[in-house]
Amino acid sequence: MSATLDRPERAGDPQAPFRTADGGRVDRSRTLTFTFGGRSLTGHPGDTLASALLSHGVHQVATSVKLGRPRGIGAAWAEDPTSLVQVEEPFPEPMLLASTIELYDGLVADGLPGQGRLADLPDSARYDARHLHVDLLVVGAGPAGLSAALVAARAGARVALVDEQAEAGGALLGGTDTIDGRPGTAWVEAAVAELAALPDVMHLQRTTVFGVYDDGFALAVERRTDHLGGAAPQHLSRQRVWRVRARRTVVATGAHERPVVFTDNDRPGTMLAGSARTYLHRYGVLAGERAVVFTTNDSAYQVAVELADAGVDVTVVETRERAPVAWSAACGARGLPVRTGSVVTGTEGVERVTAALVAPRGGGAPEALPCDLLLVSGGWNPAVHLYSQARGRLRFDAVLGAFLPAEQLPDLDVVGSAAGTLDLEGCLFTGRETGRAAVAALGLPEVPRTPQADPTVDPPPPASDPDLLWVVPAVDGDASRQFVDVQRDATVADVQRAVGAGLRSPEHVKRYTTIGTAHDQGKTSGVVMSGILGELIGAGPQDVGTTTFRPPYTPVAFATLAGRDRGAMFDPERTTALHDWHLAHGAVWEDVGQWKRPRHYPAPGEDMEAAVLRECAAVRSGVGILDGSTLGKIDVQGPDAGVLLDRLYTNLMSSLKVGRVRYGVMCGVDGMVLDDGVVLRLAEDRWMVMTTTGGAAKVLDWMEEWLQTEWPDLRVHLASVTEQWAAFPVVGPRSRDVVGAVFPGVDVSAEAFEFMTWQDTQLEGVPVRLARISFSGELAWEVHVSSWHAEEVWHRLVAAGQEHGITPYGTETMHVLRAEKGYPIIGQDTDGTVTPQDLGMDWVVSKKKADFVGKRSFARADNQRPDRKHLVGLLPTDGETVLPEGSQVVDVPLGEDLPAPPVPMLGHVTSSYRSAFLGRPFALAMLQGGRERVGEVVQLPVGGRLVAAEVTGPVLVDPEGARRDG
Amino acid sequence: MQLIECPWCGPREEVEFSYGGQAHVPYPESPAELDDEQWAHYVFFRDNTRGTLAERWNHGAGCRRWFNAMRDTVSYRFSAVYRTAEPMPASVPLTGAGSSSASATTSTTTSTTTTGR
Repeated sequence: MSATLDRPERAGDPQAPFRTADGGRVDRSRTLTFTFGGRSLTGHPGDTLASALLSHGVHQVATSVKLGRPRGIGAAWAEDPTSLVQVEEPFPEPMLLASTIELYDGLVADGLPGQGRLADLPDSARYDARHLHVDLLVVGAGPAGLSAALVAARAGARVALVDEQAEAGGALLGGTDTIDGRPGTAWVEAAVAELAALPDVMHLQRTTVFGVYDDGFALAVERRTDHLGGAAPQHLSRQRVWRVRARRTVVATGAHERPVVFTDNDRPGTMLAGSARTYLHRYGVLAGERAVVFTTNDSAYQVAVELADAGVDVTVVETRERAPVAWSAACGARGLPVRTGSVVTGTEGVERVTAALVAPRGGGAPEALPCDLLLVSGGWNPAVHLYSQARGRLRFDAVLGAFLPAEQLPDLDVVGSAAGTLDLEGCLFTGRETGRAAVAALGLPEVPRTPQADPTVDPPPPASDPDLLWVVPAVDGDASRQFVDVQRDATVADVQRAVGAGLRSPEHVKRYTTIGTAHDQGKTSGVVMSGILGELIGAGPQDVGTTTFRPPYTPVAFATLAGRDRGAMFDPERTTALHDWHLAHGAVWEDVGQWKRPRHYPAPGEDMEAAVLRECAAVRSGVGILDGSTLGKIDVQGPDAGVLLDRLYTNLMSSLKVGRVRYGVMCGVDGMVLDDGVVLRLAEDRWMVMTTTGGAAKVLDWMEEWLQTEWPDLRVHLASVTEQWAAFPVVGPRSRDVVGAVFPGVDVSAEAFEFMTWQDTQLEGVPVRLARISFSGELAWEVHVSSWHAEEVWHRLVAAGQEHGITPYGTETMHVLRAEKGYPIIGQDTDGTVTPQDLGMDWVVSKKKADFVGKRSFARADNQRPDRKHLVGLLPTDGETVLPEGSQVVDVPLGEDLPAPPVPMLGHVTSSYRSAFLGRPFALAMLQGGRERVGEVVQLPVGGRLVAAEVTGPVLVDPEGARRDG
Repeated sequence: MQLIECPWCGPREEVEFSYGGQAHVPYPESPAELDDEQWAHYVFFRDNTRGTLAERWNHGAGCRRWFNAMRDTVSYRFSAVYRTAEPMPASVPLTGAGSSSASATTSTTTSTTTTGR
């Protein structure tokens, strides 16, 4: 900054020469120490990082993202396009605004050139969420919002008052307005105290409503401990998402001042005019010593006059030909020069503005006015973001020069300066009236009008119409230093280029130029861009419109949105009753839906392939045990249960006798396989439907849907009992010995306990169900027991199996064993385009039933095509290659190389394993006309070469079923 | 996040519900008697209405019940909800350019038809 400026001695902090001697809402009795850009500086509680920096005369915060130009503090709150910093201590966080960071002791921060750096250590802070249901949500605790909240809360409404600043008051915090003859802040304090005393009022400060959605839903983020810095208690959540559901919403979010674009309008020291007023009155900080105030409207005069009263040397540059009468007098009384009909055409300075170049609006040589502060006011943009998110339409008000809400939404009101009511009296009045209307709309008793009790304010000076000026044309015609979006380094030249490329819509220009895509989402640049675009294409602002306002209003950290739903809490994890046993026995886990299932149990030194080969061999030669508790189980009860199952399964279930088990397949109406599993008939009117692990919820939903929507006349009830029943297949030639030993009361001979039957027994009083079901082709029993007793029964089975070398096996071995038998896994070997006939399971499709879901589709022409894909087995002819699942079978004759694409495809590998029993790899595949190709040799590209494989039937082990009965 | 009025539970957040497609498309009485085209219309073809459509919804994370609703496919607004056994409300204000198709193609029968068994 210029050393020639005469710096007045202020009685305040000698280290902070721009701090006023008194005034402001900072606590001067306490000093906070912080570090910015390596410099140790001081401030007070109540400061923001920006106000503390300004108190030391620090304007430059960062350099710009593309051009590397110095950038400063542009405003006093979230509309600030420039003061991005990276906080380093207490926890690294990028892309925060100096103008919204509440100062705390020990803060360490640096300026950011547009891009930040995420912490490389885990965030140990807690984040959470709460729900809030209210009659009325009031967003913004300025004069309008407070008035509305007071009226509604007094009438007994359940009110949430939410405001993003550290304390309530809105614009009153940064002004000198009086209410009822007292400072406006005294009225605020009284209002807040009254609200606190009323029942059913939730008053949240430091909380930003960042999104308004359907049916009165709003999301807000509360910054609960950010302002405490390193002293934040660890037990409190740092930030909280409020999920608010409100019957009505009042948007009282104020207005953002709008800049005017001119050449070199990005130099540090250039600031929105009203923000300098906020820094003066709220923080007790002078943003400079010699100010040029460049304005198109009345509001900046108050700034000029009050800064002059605080000792700043001020010159007003007024675009209009005549200054407003009342303000002319005030300026005259203070000796403030007012240059009417003039504009700022440019600036001088490098790291700080040193002069404003001022010229008559009609043209003429610019004159350099020395200054260290250039305040700009191009009018006010009502903060209509939340209203627009609620799909409210906007209109351009030519007098105000701003986009305003154009319609009344059914349950959302906009009030105060967010609705274009820029004076205090109007804000108080419309706030009360909106509160009163909300009370009526909520059906609460009418609030009587008592004008004598309403707060009074001094009448504002008579207003004169503002000028509408988006950009001061560059004197030299070079628009490439006229910044529209200062954060994005996007200029008027970029808008010109966009228009030159044929773009007309502000949405397109936004994306072409990046204007409005920074952290501030165009709070200061969006409407200006629309205005400039309109001038370039000869359209008015109303016709150009704005870009769409989308949530979030201000940036929200992903950690906050994630809340507690991260790490182990991200998704539920389902474990079986045997989870700890599996863990202790070295299980390698496979995630099946939300379930944790043992995939295999490697012995020391084994990889998965070795473990699975060992487990497979053990099952086929001795005995193995699997935790199958995750299989879906549905208890189907009622006199019409058989009817329901007959309609949903492809085969006949109602003919099943009590005590017997039947395998079944379910199809969609399109005839494609949905799920499969066994069904146990437990009683005349009771069945247990077993589903795949992944299909459990889907099948229950499917059955419920048909029962409720098509056949509500059926007397059937369905309940999931998946978690209630543990299920352990005990599988292999020695399984009879193990099951017989543990359950001596059961005759496990092949004659007494037939395949596909079940019997109930008990173990020391614990009911157990045994079922002879086999998913491997081996002699096997499935042991069903309540999950409460599952561990004990498992232990007994494992103990009894010791002498037979019982081997626990996982899902991978289960998959190999079933594949060797050609049993498909629905969802692995099938994909929603596969019929039972495609799987070679004609036998499971009833010919007797008149109808069942899917039956009619089997007769569709497409399902009769001979070249449909069939499930087949593949044996790689080299006896070595494990074909990768997903490999394509290509239509390339043996001996020929892969032709240039497109290569004709015949099918693909769905399952592929190494078989211990066969001593070779094998695969299952879906192959066009596969059943007609058995015996043929086909080719599959694997790793850049063609592998030959013989097509076989899908059953490769024990096709005659000799092993089933042991 | 919309509120959807479950006919049994009252208004609940939309995440509790799942969409079940067009309502009043009953399972044919005798599928075997339909030709391939007629059957395909049942299996694959649904209205693509711009405006009010009668739809099936399931309150899966609540009472797990199915119900029907009249919903505007443009504004997403629900104008009526009703239980599966109830007829489609007659006097629902239809909106949107294609609204006539909704009334023209939706069956007046309830969804409580049964198969031929």
